[in-house]
Amino acid sequence: MDCENLIALLRRLQEMEFVAVELNLYLDTHPCDEEAINDYNCAVEALRQLKKEYESQYGPLLNFGMGGFSRTPWQWAMGPWPWEI
Amino acid sequence: MWIYEKKLEHPVRVSCPDVKFAKMVISQYGGPDGELSASLRYINQRYSMPTDTAKALLTDIGTEEMAHMEMIAALVYKLVDGACPEDFKAAGWEGQWVQHDHGLFWTDVNGVPWTAKYIACLGDPIADLTEDMAAEQKARATYEHLIAATDDPLAKDTLRFLWQREVVHFQRFGEMLNEVQDWMANSKHMWMGHRPEK
Repeated sequence: MDCENLIALLRRLQEMEFVAVELNLYLDTHPCDEEAINDYNCAVEALRQLKKEYESQYGPLLNFGMGGFSRTPWQWAMGPWPWEI
Repeated sequence: MWIYEKKLEHPVRVSCPDVKFAKMVISQYGGPDGELSASLRYINQRYSMPTDTAKALLTDIGTEEMAHMEMIAALVYKLVDGACPEDFKAAGWEGQWVQHDHGLFWTDVNGVPWTAKYIACLGDPIADLTEDMAAEQKARATYEHLIAATDDPLAKDTLRFLWQREVVHFQRFGEMLNEVQDWMANSKHMWMGHRPEK
């Protein structure tokens, strides 16, 4: 496995998801801030692209049918697990 | 329902294993102001919140805290990686070795197991949101103590991220407290507790 690429891609994913988490919490207490909702929607779009790219190389990020498709063998059960990276 | 996302919220790295520091960090895993307490406290309190936005905020922060618990677990995992019984003894953490080996367990810094007593839920939104704000401040202070107790710049980076999240959560809970107080000041919403109507 190309660990360097995995870590770099993961980092971009973590950054964009952090943007989404931060805007989500902000919107919970500022639900009428249109600019922030627009920013949130942009983050959703960017995150979707990054997840697609990551999952096509390293398998599903989410399970129970919420993530991407799996190749054979079952990619969900393959390491490394997050705490091992 | 909750879905597991196979990644950490923020990278967790250490320069080298440090069992003595792991023994301190465990306080944020299973201690009174740790991430397990935080996550369960918020997720549990949402059922008695009066507004949809308060239910959303408690769900979302409770979920983020679960991701923080995972980061603390990863930090402890890395700090004890490869440690032998002698390393645990030298760090004064031989009790961990004897009872749990390299397995994680929810205790505070003195080995006291996690208990539901760390969590409050009055079912009163003002009391509960005020409790949540205090909890965030206690967690912030604990992170400051941990950051001061290590020289490892990588471990500090992880702890600083978590420290900063406590500050943001405190801010959001404060905004929600104002919102709920305004909501309750409206006479139509006067809080009478969960009493059946006569």
